[in-house]
Amino acid sequence: MAFSYFPHTEDDVRQMLDRIGVGSLEDLYSDVPQDVIYRKEFDLPDAMSEFEVRQYFEELAEQNTSLFCLCGLGAYDHYSPAVIPHIISRSEFLTAYTPYQPEVSQGTLRYIFEYQSMMTELTGMDCTNASMYDGATAAAEAMMMAMASTKKKTRVLLSEGLLPHVVEVVKTYAKFNGVELGFIPCADGATSYGALLAELAAGDVAGVLVPGINKYGIIEDFTGFADAVHAQKGLFMVYSDPSSLAVIKTPGEWGADIVCGDSQSLGIPLCYGGPYVGFLACKKDHVRKLPGRIVGATKDVDGKRAYVLTLQAREQHIRREKATSNICSNQSLMALYVTVYMSLMGPKGLRQVNELSYGGAHYLHDELLAAGLFEKAFDKPFLKEFTLKSLMPVEELQNALQLIGVFGAVEVEPGLVNFCVTEKVSKENIDAIVSYITSLRGAERRGNLSEE
Amino acid sequence: MKYYDKLIFDLSKEGRQGYSLPANKWQTSLSELPAGLLREQDPELPQVSELDVVRHYTNLSQMNFGVDSGFYPLGSCTMKYNPKINEEIASMPAFAGVHPLQPSYTVQGVLRVYKELAKALSAITGMAEFTLNPFAGAHGELTGLMIIRQYHISRGDLKRTRIIVPDSAHGTNPASAAVCGLEIVQVKSKANGLVDVEDLKPLLDDTIAGIMMTNPNTLGLFEKDIKEIAALVHECGGLLYYDGANMNPLMGVVRPGDMGFDVLHLNLHKTFSTPHGGGGPGAGPVGVAEHLIPYLPVPRVVEDEEGTLYVEDEDGQSCGRISGFMGNFGVLLRAYTYILMLGKQNVRMVGPLAVLGANYIKESLRDCYNLPIDSVCKHEFVFDGLLDQSTGVTTLDIAKRLLDYGFHAPTIYFPLLFHQSIMIEPTETESKETLDGFIEIMRHIAAEAASDPDSLKTAPHTTPVRRLDETTAARQPVLRYRDMNQI
Repeated sequence: MAFSYFPHTEDDVRQMLDRIGVGSLEDLYSDVPQDVIYRKEFDLPDAMSEFEVRQYFEELAEQNTSLFCLCGLGAYDHYSPAVIPHIISRSEFLTAYTPYQPEVSQGTLRYIFEYQSMMTELTGMDCTNASMYDGATAAAEAMMMAMASTKKKTRVLLSEGLLPHVVEVVKTYAKFNGVELGFIPCADGATSYGALLAELAAGDVAGVLVPGINKYGIIEDFTGFADAVHAQKGLFMVYSDPSSLAVIKTPGEWGADIVCGDSQSLGIPLCYGGPYVGFLACKKDHVRKLPGRIVGATKDVDGKRAYVLTLQAREQHIRREKATSNICSNQSLMALYVTVYMSLMGPKGLRQVNELSYGGAHYLHDELLAAGLFEKAFDKPFLKEFTLKSLMPVEELQNALQLIGVFGAVEVEPGLVNFCVTEKVSKENIDAIVSYITSLRGAERRGNLSEE
Repeated sequence: MKYYDKLIFDLSKEGRQGYSLPANKWQTSLSELPAGLLREQDPELPQVSELDVVRHYTNLSQMNFGVDSGFYPLGSCTMKYNPKINEEIASMPAFAGVHPLQPSYTVQGVLRVYKELAKALSAITGMAEFTLNPFAGAHGELTGLMIIRQYHISRGDLKRTRIIVPDSAHGTNPASAAVCGLEIVQVKSKANGLVDVEDLKPLLDDTIAGIMMTNPNTLGLFEKDIKEIAALVHECGGLLYYDGANMNPLMGVVRPGDMGFDVLHLNLHKTFSTPHGGGGPGAGPVGVAEHLIPYLPVPRVVEDEEGTLYVEDEDGQSCGRISGFMGNFGVLLRAYTYILMLGKQNVRMVGPLAVLGANYIKESLRDCYNLPIDSVCKHEFVFDGLLDQSTGVTTLDIAKRLLDYGFHAPTIYFPLLFHQSIMIEPTETESKETLDGFIEIMRHIAAEAASDPDSLKTAPHTTPVRRLDETTAARQPVLRYRDMNQI
């Protein structure tokens, strides 16, 4: 029985069984019908030593190809400062549960309070919860919040400029939750104001969700949107990239009621899609419909400043089926991750990250156009990611990039490809990639000539 | 623990910086964007040095209590040891650096972990197939219920919109069912704490989508009639959902698939040793029986004949997409590491040792605390307050006093079946000495309740802060630094 995670000696087990008054460990299962007890060998590997486990994963890791990332679309390769993993691996944070006993959980409660403070600064909202699972599920919760806040209405409108994986998750929740979805198409790469007005005129709209930066990388202009939605007594909701909100106009400034999105862009590693951390923020009128944990400031009996989970009457453990959401655990440790990131960066660091990403993205954009294998897809402002029309077959382009170890040119729509640049990409990187792509153009021309 | 009262904002000073970024050599600048698209003022984030950040969060961590700090007998949360090797595997750059949209052939290692973990979970639970996409237990519940609804819908059986939930269930059960658009029908527990089969029978008709069961239930009791319940529910055309929050005592002993369950979720952050992280990230994989495989969410990992793995995005029968990408992959890596360490040999001991510890504590304290249901428990059990309640000492007081003695409190005031619930779950990773220490203190507290009740009613005394004013916090919420002057 000796195993490093089990502290019991045979003598311990004997003494404990004696205290209980049973003869064996099997006797502890005397209440279980004997025909459901599993007596066969488990179809699992033999126990491995720690060293063998490490070797095993190193072999698996070799089956992954490490690629230089020029892809965005909801997961961003920003630099993660060395401090962060050291802080989040402190076991007092890592191995704690939800802070139900505030007297011994002030560490967790206080970073959540800081997280809430920082996220409201970025979004221009009054309050946020302690985190959601990811951006897509946060968007689904935003949809349900809009329904709960505007009782008798049945429809929520989504912009077709939202990232496809976000739309798909919202659709799934809507299907089972009984919400009717309407879609607002894009015109010239941005959510169409005219189409919005037409959909609103059809009536019954609880809320409208639009992307701050859409799937083409375009920074959307919401002039008139909030007024139009509010005129129909609906909620105006924005799906945002929080890193960008350090510099671009905030959903609060656009008149939004609810903001959601994924905070992965605040330095969280790509890690094949998770763990990331969703966020959900709102104006204070809606706080009692906000799902999940919320931390508030208060005092203890000695008058010391302290923090506690609050407004719990909204939550599933009190309200059960009448709760605004079923969320229980969230992504707390990842909220700490982005809190430490924002602390290190501050307003100036975040601005610098955006400047570097903007500068690199625009350089790549212009150089790719100059290389002659792409055409502009839209003529609208963008920040760190953009969409071009590929003049060569997209799969060929992707394969060629992978030959030089680059991941990019993911197809957003037939023939339209995405590129994204962060502060991790240098001019030398871009020059090398563009010069390689230019050589493809030469090769392609020669190919065409030989065909003739 | 010392008291440190600063927020990171309190340390801020204009001009300090904690970042180090490349110099800006680009010719273009954000100022080229139309002014109407830029924010007017910078966000008020802290400006601090790197050491400020490190010291601040180190100080905060010291005001926290984790499994590594001491015994954490929080019932239904399975606060077992979180092995360190899990963390190291999860941070390997070859996994942490992978973009979720990378083509399948460049991420075969990632997909292999996904496939092998799903297979291992199938072996442990007796289910046919798993999705690892759900992010948490409640998210797994919701996904499982979506699969159940999708199954009925696909058969044209549209009136099955009601789900049976026992009164002892976790709050997430009815909440998940409501989000899934199901109407909740409650079934009562008998005096012995088990689901009342006679109360269940009249509820079963052709509007029932299924039943959600937690087995052992939240009282730590095994639902002995499970096979009869399964037969009855199946007979009426419903499906059985297994809430895996309490899987730990069955691990290696009983497989939910063999009890007749059609769908289940597991909490990898409970049974499979991944850290709770102060409330997440966890993972809530969902397993299904053979006939429900088509309804699993997308994306899915599929294997071709040559053993190459692919991500499949679309499937007409699926319940849909429930996560942006493919779940909390970093958490999945940790759980798979744990399973490889356990292997087929040690997996058999997880449940029995967890059950041994729970019964040992129960039998050692039943002469001081009120044991409302006297039978062998599984991984946890519930006391209904002190045996002697004449002193006015409540469950809350006992919980707070435990903090003074260096233990985390058990789960309190849940389940709702009793007024003074104290729910204790020790897990298999705690030694007899640790349990003896806890038992001694619990007995000491029971004695204090008689000799010095005030020391309990005003506890804790030694923690960084003492009891909080939760009422004002809820009536006049202050939820961000900007509003701090309001308290």
